[in-house]
Amino acid sequence: MAKQHITTTINGEEAEYLCEAQETLLDVLRDQVGLTGTKEGCSSGDCGACSVMLDGRLVCSCLVLGVEAEGKTVETIEGMADGEELHPLQQKFLEEAALQCGFCTPGVLVAAKALLDVNDDPTETEVRYWLAGNLCRCTGYDKIIRAVMDTAADLRGASA
Amino acid sequence: MSGMRYEAPGSVDEAVTLLADEKGVARVLAGGTDLLVQMRAGMISPDLVVDIKKIAETKGITANGGGFSIGASVSGAEMGEHAELTAAWPGVVEGAELIGSTQVQGRATMAGNLCNASPAADSVPALIAAGATCTVAGPNGQREVPVEDIPTGPGKTSLGNGEFVVDIKLPARPAHAGDAYLRMIPRTEMDIAIVGAGVNLVLDDSGTCTEACVVLGAVGPTTITVADAAAALVGSKVDEAALAAVSAAASAAASPINDKRGTVEYRTKVAGVLASRAAAIAADRARSK
Repeated sequence: MAKQHITTTINGEEAEYLCEAQETLLDVLRDQVGLTGTKEGCSSGDCGACSVMLDGRLVCSCLVLGVEAEGKTVETIEGMADGEELHPLQQKFLEEAALQCGFCTPGVLVAAKALLDVNDDPTETEVRYWLAGNLCRCTGYDKIIRAVMDTAADLRGASA
Repeated sequence: MSGMRYEAPGSVDEAVTLLADEKGVARVLAGGTDLLVQMRAGMISPDLVVDIKKIAETKGITANGGGFSIGASVSGAEMGEHAELTAAWPGVVEGAELIGSTQVQGRATMAGNLCNASPAADSVPALIAAGATCTVAGPNGQREVPVEDIPTGPGKTSLGNGEFVVDIKLPARPAHAGDAYLRMIPRTEMDIAIVGAGVNLVLDDSGTCTEACVVLGAVGPTTITVADAAAALVGSKVDEAALAAVSAAASAAASPINDKRGTVEYRTKVAGVLASRAAAIAADRARSK
């Protein structure tokens, strides 16, 4: 089967790649496009390490076929910082040490940004449920949840 | 999995032709949250995947005549964001929204949940209790089918060669109608139901129940519609005595398996507890309308 030619928008820029029909968006991002910030954890939609935004919707890229991205917009962790300036969530995760090994962190950050983009004042319960699909085996979650809550508070303060 | 072909047709007829003409294994792709997992696990190796998300009839939630049509490509997240649907059918929406994580919610569809035919499918009991139907398209045209007729056993459906579900239809609501879905999982989130209970009911102006349907999930090879529980609700004010009868009827109807996630005894007991609690929630919702 010939590879399919896909044209899509990744982190605001037009991108093209060739992929087999059964390749996942995760495989394509890492192996064809060279964006290895998106991590492969379980490859079954349970761990959230491969979280990306697809047409503005948070998804596991391991559960999307690469061919499905044709004509869509994809946002990955590589698009989160503004040049050298980290996104407030990234900055807060560093300041509050909300990561240890870091493997889950790109997915957590993409998912947390998706939450704050629709809800700038989430409760702790809302943050915990929103991030229930992002597994972290190091932190015990408390530092992650606190960093997200503190970022939300900072962003509200900055816009007040 | 090598040599798989992918097609994303723009019409129902094209999709039916692709599915019907495939000599090998064909699978329908909507949200992909079951299909891609099964492919990855080596459970299936499709020769053809037909993505139905570019077909207009599978998109969006349409209100018509007081009821709703929910396209087969509509994700749980889209359902939760639809204020009218959530107001009219909170139980159906909460069932769909219990499936998986935020990430899975962005993709997973009710039609996919129905056609995956897991006995523990979270969106199905409330859909059956609601009296939902689905549009099945196939080589002989389209037919309307009650949703409970689609799953026939674990992983098996009544869909014939070339057939797929285009949309799911919820009927119009009378006054004082309410529904609810509850499930039991061993964890707080991200788990598969060991018992699910969907209840839909209608009250008259005096608060007496005139119609009811109680459906259990995950305690049999398919869902179980508990007629005795519905009979206990109809004619009652959905009071404690009626709820106790619902609980007893649901436990009596449950026919669960024993596994590491829950024993027969526990699932049987919890089936009664969840059915009566869901009935109480549905009645509260009905009284407030």
